[in-house]
Amino acid sequence: MASVSRGLAAPSWSLRLPPAVRWVYDYLLYPIGQMLVFIIGAAVVLTLLAYLLAALVPEPRPNIILADQISRQLPGMIISGISIGFVYAMIALGYTLVYGVLKFINFAHSEIFMVGSVVGFEIMRRIADSGTLQQWNPVVLIVTVVLVSMLVSGLLAVLIERIAYRPLRGAPRLVPLISAIGISFFLIDFVRATEAITRNDFNLRYPTDQLPWLTQSVALQFGTTTVNVKPTSFIVVGGAVLTLLALNYFVNGTKLGRGIRAVAQDQTTAALMGINVNFMISLTFFVGGAFGGAAGSLFGMNVGTVTPYVGFIPGIKAFTAAVLGGIGNITGALLGGLTLGLVEAFLNGVLVYFPALGQRYTDIFAFSVLILILIFRPSGLLGERVDEKV
Amino acid sequence: MLNRRVRLQPLVLFALILGLLLSSSFVVAQEGRVIKIASQSPLSGGQSAVGVGIRNGVELAIQQLGGNLRDMGFQIQYVPYDDQASPDVGVANAQQIVADPEILAVIGHYNTGVAIPSSEVYNQNQLLMVSPANTGPAVTDRGLPIVNRVVGRDDLQGPTGAQFAASLEDVETVWVLHDTTAYGQGVAEFFRQEAEAQGLVVLGFEGTEERANFDGIIQPILALAPDLIYFGGIYDQVGIFISQARAAGYEGYFMGPDGIDSPDLAELAGEAVVGTYYTTVAGPASIYPNAAQFIEDYTEAYGEPPTPFAAQAYDSAAIVLAALERAIEANGGELPTREQLAAEARATENYEGLTGTITFDDNGDPEYSNYYVLQVVSADPAQWSSNTVISTIQIPSPLKAQELAAEGEATAEATPES
Repeated sequence: MASVSRGLAAPSWSLRLPPAVRWVYDYLLYPIGQMLVFIIGAAVVLTLLAYLLAALVPEPRPNIILADQISRQLPGMIISGISIGFVYAMIALGYTLVYGVLKFINFAHSEIFMVGSVVGFEIMRRIADSGTLQQWNPVVLIVTVVLVSMLVSGLLAVLIERIAYRPLRGAPRLVPLISAIGISFFLIDFVRATEAITRNDFNLRYPTDQLPWLTQSVALQFGTTTVNVKPTSFIVVGGAVLTLLALNYFVNGTKLGRGIRAVAQDQTTAALMGINVNFMISLTFFVGGAFGGAAGSLFGMNVGTVTPYVGFIPGIKAFTAAVLGGIGNITGALLGGLTLGLVEAFLNGVLVYFPALGQRYTDIFAFSVLILILIFRPSGLLGERVDEKV
Repeated sequence: MLNRRVRLQPLVLFALILGLLLSSSFVVAQEGRVIKIASQSPLSGGQSAVGVGIRNGVELAIQQLGGNLRDMGFQIQYVPYDDQASPDVGVANAQQIVADPEILAVIGHYNTGVAIPSSEVYNQNQLLMVSPANTGPAVTDRGLPIVNRVVGRDDLQGPTGAQFAASLEDVETVWVLHDTTAYGQGVAEFFRQEAEAQGLVVLGFEGTEERANFDGIIQPILALAPDLIYFGGIYDQVGIFISQARAAGYEGYFMGPDGIDSPDLAELAGEAVVGTYYTTVAGPASIYPNAAQFIEDYTEAYGEPPTPFAAQAYDSAAIVLAALERAIEANGGELPTREQLAAEARATENYEGLTGTITFDDNGDPEYSNYYVLQVVSADPAQWSSNTVISTIQIPSPLKAQELAAEGEATAEATPES
């Protein structure tokens, strides 16, 4: 049984401490430590691999010393890998939560992410149109945008479950899968039509250029190299860490979270114990959808322009991340997302120096890694063995 | 009895109207007096800004120049199709277009990658295509008798850009990106070849389908710090790239082909767009002396100044209409076949259009076309049409150039060298 139960929280046998300290350890220190371990671990492994490659092929192209290039790019690659990795991780959570509870891949999730990014755009655009964008406190503005996107995407996910999945719950596994793909197409075209009618626009640009604090890059000095980091990258990482901590507390520290874990373990028994299974499933969809929405608006602020088609690639990558980490496992989604983000960033940075390859091959290599891992660990890095998969 | 009569009356009336309608449409069909002209361009999606401009240009031409044909007793109908910038949709539309016997010509497309497979379908049915915007060499180099275009070619546009880049004093190294499509990769290849021939160092040549998050792609560019980035692609992708590359700290020039020629580039790239160079086969409408009236009419009809390629679309439609007139006359006032019309269009000689004088060579390329280098002056999309023209070069098409070379060196000297 894939476990939603052991989320980010510390194993229960680990320490005997007073409750308050215990709480801080369980819900703050341990999960943050875990993220740090994942990031540092993946970054160190990839850096070593990159330098190993540089030792094997010192000069892939005339006048290009690979090791020098890697050292120059290292901070930039790691930062861009982490910021996209957290986005993948947040989307992957939506796949993994639903899979943990229903054993079903919600392929419409990439469009829930897209809706989140479009809602974020709509809010910021509307504030900008009313002319008050500059007067907003940065923190309040970002929190408002992210929270509203979370709410809309979460409710949308609940609605989709109610309309498209619940009536099919007893049906063969492929049936809700097809229904999910249908919903996905519907959402894309619905958003496209709505934006075309209301704004006559396809490319939806966040009005970030009106906010100097959001566009002015911060120059970070790493030894001899300077890296310009967009403030939005910090916002993405900060927002992701906060929401992940909240999720961890929700799943492991509240009564509702216990209900979700119970339904994930055994629906029938959970129902016999007096748990409202349908409510718990709706709640799972809400939480997963809200994460998609938060990821969407953070991603939108970071890249600046979104379209109704923006969900597809991050959605596919996040699904990959969820499988890589072990689908159904919350920690796995985090690990998978960060790993995939960093692998991509490193491949983008290194492949470019090999004349026959180039950045176009990034996805091919990234997915080859996935295939290799799944050959040796079919249930993903942290997953437990599951007999049936979609 | 009374009741029954009342109930019958509407039925009788209905039958009468139906009869009238049927007979009238029958008459029209019998005389074959309807000519339909189709267009294909992206009317929805990320590239619709330019695609809709192409549709408007064709519509305006048919309204303004269709008079002669109407006097000859023909009814001209215009059917715009949306190819969504996708080869699949373009070919599916092409199948529908060729299946309608009343459609005699199609104006399209915007994307070379869509035009090539779609024109194969037109060619099987001898349907004339005049392209207002496709610059890929393969569009005409296949030698299809039905394919013509009113604009220049990427194998001359890419090198024009490279020569200009080499002429900038502070440019020694370049980085070349493309969008992996027939158009983007093609023009980027030609840019790279000429850039190397001009002594520029090409630090990287990369294709990407990424449309949102360019972070990973930008890192190696920052590490090598090229003086100029050339992106062979379309504005909806390039605009986002430009804004992110500038934010990440890239300080050099940006340059692109005519695919980035759209006010939406400024919309998407924001302040970072100022100073960007682009080459194009279609100058801003205001550069053409004949186009003043067109700009006025277009702005009045559609509420915005003409987008790039709208004037070219107008010319394409005008060439089709003129060819139709000639073909009908040659045919004794009867409708020509598609084949006759295609042959007549290819024979177009010294057509005085908005964008210049057009004579098609044997491949359907205009014998001479202009190539422009422009620089973006403002981040305001409304100011797009005031971008400065840095240089204008007239280059003969490859076939014409061969002909000139064969005629002897004296003639070759007379043609302006780039």
